Amino acid sequence: MSIRILEGFKFTKLPTPLHRLDPRPKFLLTIGLFTVALLFTNLYALLTVLLVQIPLVVVAKSTRRWLRSMKGGAVLAILILVMNFITGATFTFSLSMTIRFLALMSSFSIFFMTTSPDDLGLALENMKVPYTLCFTFTTAVRLVPTMAVDAQTVIDAQRSRGLELERGNLLRRVRNYVPILIPLIVDAIRRSVELAEALESRAFGTSERREPLITLKMKSLDYLTILVTVAFVAVSIYINLYVPLPTLDIPIRMPRIWPWMS
Amino acid sequence: MIRTETLHFAYPTGLEVLRGIDLEIGDSEFVAIMGENGAGKTTLIKHFNGLLKPSRGRVLVDDVDTAKISVASISRNVGLVFQNPDHQLFCETVREEVAFSLRNFGYDTETIERRTRSILETLDLTQYVESSPFTLSGGERKRVALASVLAWNPKHVILDEPTIGQDYQQKDRLRNFILQLVSQRKTVIIVTHDVEFVAECKPRVILLSRGAIVADGPARKILTDKALLNECSLIPPQISSLMHSLTDLDLSQDVIDVYTARACILEAFRRER
Repeated sequence: MSIRILEGFKFTKLPTPLHRLDPRPKFLLTIGLFTVALLFTNLYALLTVLLVQIPLVVVAKSTRRWLRSMKGGAVLAILILVMNFITGATFTFSLSMTIRFLALMSSFSIFFMTTSPDDLGLALENMKVPYTLCFTFTTAVRLVPTMAVDAQTVIDAQRSRGLELERGNLLRRVRNYVPILIPLIVDAIRRSVELAEALESRAFGTSERREPLITLKMKSLDYLTILVTVAFVAVSIYINLYVPLPTLDIPIRMPRIWPWMS
Repeated sequence: MIRTETLHFAYPTGLEVLRGIDLEIGDSEFVAIMGENGAGKTTLIKHFNGLLKPSRGRVLVDDVDTAKISVASISRNVGLVFQNPDHQLFCETVREEVAFSLRNFGYDTETIERRTRSILETLDLTQYVESSPFTLSGGERKRVALASVLAWNPKHVILDEPTIGQDYQQKDRLRNFILQLVSQRKTVIIVTHDVEFVAECKPRVILLSRGAIVADGPARKILTDKALLNECSLIPPQISSLMHSLTDLDLSQDVIDVYTARACILEAFRRER
């Protein structure tokens, strides 16, 4: 088992316009994509939301890592498809929900792949979020790769003790993860206590107000991003309210086994 | 027997950690793998129970290619104790923790009970049998992790940094325990930076540097070669340094333990008189 899915959410410094973008408009873009994905249930619309992200991935030179995160999300995507379908949704609707999940995951993947935790903290500070909260958030983001390494070590340690993650029925497989999750959680708590003590020893939180060394400044590309995002969301809301979209009916049906199925 | 044939290993990031390791560790041999941080020691031992598969070359455990069988099957014969016990402890009691692996390997309740009791006694953990592993000290947690692996009586035992976090008495106990395992004809492989511990145990020493073996031989020979140790960011044991510094007495230079050193020094005094 591997945790390579997290690669698709890890920041890598690259000289691309998307990496250079101010984190605030970039976050707005992510939220825009997120909102539009939640707005529609139409397959074509959701497919469009997913596809418009591909040029962004290409510009960010992160295609391989994006594909890796998509591949990692495939298991959940299949689960969403199957669960929707067997609980009575049409195949088209189940497929739409799967595409929606991939579009949501992709938008966050692009954001985290191209925004350094430092920039993220800076953006939050500029938005007048209290420093302790900014610090907590950036530390959490920063610790994800460390936790990923820890998770792999825990998996290795338990496999060396004869644990077979893929053995047994669905319930047993879920239970197999208990020996992985508990050491990870305990280790995370222990680590956070140590971190808190280390921070307090270095006088964290002594001054109420902090003066940031670097202040973020928006450039023309940043304003353009805001403009495009707002237009994209506005047009999507308009289409959703007033424009009838073509629908697709894939004639695959689940046999009527549940009482609520018509 | 554990054998590697031109073992190469690179992580998915492309970083090559092992570069052509050729190694043979016989049954009931006692080996210490040493080297600088990042030399590839832990990566190497993870190949011995199949957690990692070679990028090139082969690893054979008791003549079986590790690439062809599951980790669980190899682990029956190869017990690997990880460096940090917190990466494996998860049960409510020490008893449950030790029984976990025995259950995975399908032992019956009576055997599980017997083996758990016996290994906890051997490692001086009986008083903690109903305690939560999380409430124990670092050294005790390390011993619980060790007990949970030794419980199923594997033929080859691999310990990653076993002396970290242990006080001197516990280290001494660990040394005796390892020697006891060797006398029971088990293969014991330890990965360590602790030259003093190795000097007292006197195993065969394999020195790794940047993913390749730079020396392989008896501890007495390797731990007294200053240049070689320097290459791997290690320093000779204190006794060896002492023997080096007593130049006037014309002492033997390949001594690494207290008892031999004492005998040599007494002999030199007798000669002087």
